[in-house]
Amino acid sequence: MSAHHPAAPVGGKLLNTATLVSGLLVAAMLAILFVRFIFGLGAVTNLNDGYPWGIWVVFDVVIGSAFACGGFSVAMLVYIFNRGEYHPLVRPALLASLFGYTLAGVGVIFDLGRWWNFWHIFWPGHANPNSVMFEVALCISAYILVMWIEFSPVFLEKWGLKAEKKKLERVLFFFIALGTLLPMMHQSSLGTLLVVMGPQVNPLWQTPVVPLLYLLSAIAIGYGVVLFETCVASSAYRRQIEMHLLQPMARVMLGVLAVFVVVRFGDMIARGALGHAFAFSLEALFFWLETICFLLPFALAGRAADRRNPARLFLAGVALMLAGVLLRVNGFLIGYDTGVGVDHGWNYFPSIAEMLVTMGMFAIEVLGYIVITRRFPVLPRAEASAAH
Amino acid sequence: MATRRDFLKGCLAGGAAAAAAVVPEAACARDTLERPAEALGLLYDATLCVGCQACVAACKRANHNPAEFTTVDHLWDAPLDTSGHTFNLIKMYRHGTMETKDAEENGFAFMKTSCMHCADPSCVSACPVSAMRKDPETGIVGYDPDACIGCRYCVAACPFGIPKYQYDSPTGQIGKCELCRHRHQDGHYSACAEVCPTGATLFGRTDDLLAEAKRRLALKPGEWTTMPRGRLPAKNEKPEDAAKWKGIVDQSYQAQVGNYQQHVYGETEYGGTQVLKLSAVNFQKAGLPDLPPKSSAATSETIQHTLYGGLMMPIAVLAGLTWVAKRNVVPEDDDKKGGQP
Repeated sequence: MSAHHPAAPVGGKLLNTATLVSGLLVAAMLAILFVRFIFGLGAVTNLNDGYPWGIWVVFDVVIGSAFACGGFSVAMLVYIFNRGEYHPLVRPALLASLFGYTLAGVGVIFDLGRWWNFWHIFWPGHANPNSVMFEVALCISAYILVMWIEFSPVFLEKWGLKAEKKKLERVLFFFIALGTLLPMMHQSSLGTLLVVMGPQVNPLWQTPVVPLLYLLSAIAIGYGVVLFETCVASSAYRRQIEMHLLQPMARVMLGVLAVFVVVRFGDMIARGALGHAFAFSLEALFFWLETICFLLPFALAGRAADRRNPARLFLAGVALMLAGVLLRVNGFLIGYDTGVGVDHGWNYFPSIAEMLVTMGMFAIEVLGYIVITRRFPVLPRAEASAAH
Repeated sequence: MATRRDFLKGCLAGGAAAAAAVVPEAACARDTLERPAEALGLLYDATLCVGCQACVAACKRANHNPAEFTTVDHLWDAPLDTSGHTFNLIKMYRHGTMETKDAEENGFAFMKTSCMHCADPSCVSACPVSAMRKDPETGIVGYDPDACIGCRYCVAACPFGIPKYQYDSPTGQIGKCELCRHRHQDGHYSACAEVCPTGATLFGRTDDLLAEAKRRLALKPGEWTTMPRGRLPAKNEKPEDAAKWKGIVDQSYQAQVGNYQQHVYGETEYGGTQVLKLSAVNFQKAGLPDLPPKSSAATSETIQHTLYGGLMMPIAVLAGLTWVAKRNVVPEDDDKKGGQP
């Protein structure tokens, strides 16, 4: 049975350096988006005929949603594997996920060249169930709704709507189950997006097991993000770090990561793709950068003694997040080549404007996290965690 | 507290979905699709092409596309590649002194770049809103801007780099060759084939075009033969079928057989394409990708249908997860009490 720890608002001022900087970044983003919607994608992005997808897709959606897997990973641990002791981590992780996914969903609109038609994806006459993109879009949209429902007890608690909260909690188990299924579906499908691109994607990242790789890495990244967020929130709010939870959770993370590494290399050996890793190429270099980042958490937090050091847990989380970034950037951009290398040599590097929009999106997340944790009962009550 | 048994049950339910991702392809395998029987297409014979670009200009006119300037003086249409505003282009292979036409060493050759109208197109499989559709009769891969959401997954998916988005407009569309299907009802076939002075680009049924290509491959290089131009009439074509198309039926002339690579590009690539190509220069050197006979669309859809076919797997996993979650989720009491279930 789950043990429930009370959550409480952190309190304090909403206006500080962090929120001010975030606010400025959001303002810059809005200005750029104004230009984008008036003059088109070409006016602000470096997208071209060889690279139709840039960082608005790869960072804001593919990576952004993987970073937002904390809620899914922790909820799965607590409710599916019945590890109630991790319950205090659920709400903060879910909050970050809620923002990550909602923004990924909104961010897609900025990138859609014919955004006013976006509803076609849900419309029976238009929707194409053979399309991986259709599955991803449908699943992410459903998950955003489910997450708001999962998180709504926080608002109901704050506004004193006890009867409504009780009613919702009676059916919450179903939404938790759905909230575990949906990310499994779309996180794997985000990898499957690569399959139809065929030989345009380097064999280091083009594999029929790509859905499993993306799913396993997303689950592991979910725990990595929780390590990262908990350490940052604790240091920013000058609270004690919940080491008694983070230590065993880091072990779970390493377990999932170990499975990932076995599948990753097993698949490459089985397909005979390992040779590409030893080629003298940019792709091979980035493959090894990615692999090092996936292995770093073992070096940083592999031993029990290491896991008692919060700095090592934090760094292990960061390394894994970076590994997740590289796996996705490598598949979608570094290892991608339009027309299988016979085109006239397209290049892509994001424009300043594109980067500012991506930073603006992350700034909204930071801003939202600060406002909600300071005003709503999300983080574990400070004195409760001090008592442990 | 969590018991070992509960934990194992969790593993069972949670692991089911993860395991689903590695289910062997056999279960819901989707084979590579074949061309429709009446598929329309083009045959491009690089050895007949003189690089005049008449087809490029005709394509621009037929599709109402603007000129694209790449020279300093902005005097004439000079696109360097196909784009959202250029659906057809003749590219050039160059080597060394470029003395001999259709020679790999110290030679040059031409290659047409336009939609191949794949039997099993990646763009159609990729499109989430069916804006890219393959006509069940003609096999033409057509685009509907009113359906399109502009996600550009088709652009990323196509191994020929064909669909292209118009980044210069806030309402940009995808641009690609649709074999001039909008002109068919007026009796006009593909503008590029209509204007080609040497018959290097020929319009017709893919089956007939493939037979014509194989006829040429069987001839001796340098030998004189009759080369059709414009539209290749179907084998045993009935007069009423021929009457559907405008223009002179027989525009054939005598030309010399090229020193061909013994391969019809598009016969088997990705399950075959409706646009076929002949070349004296290696196809990859001339700018065409080396593709396996199995389409990526088949691989992608096999994975998707194995995992989500009839929603069987998701529903089964959801049932398992719901059962486990029902046992483990305990309604929270008021936060003041906290700590106890």
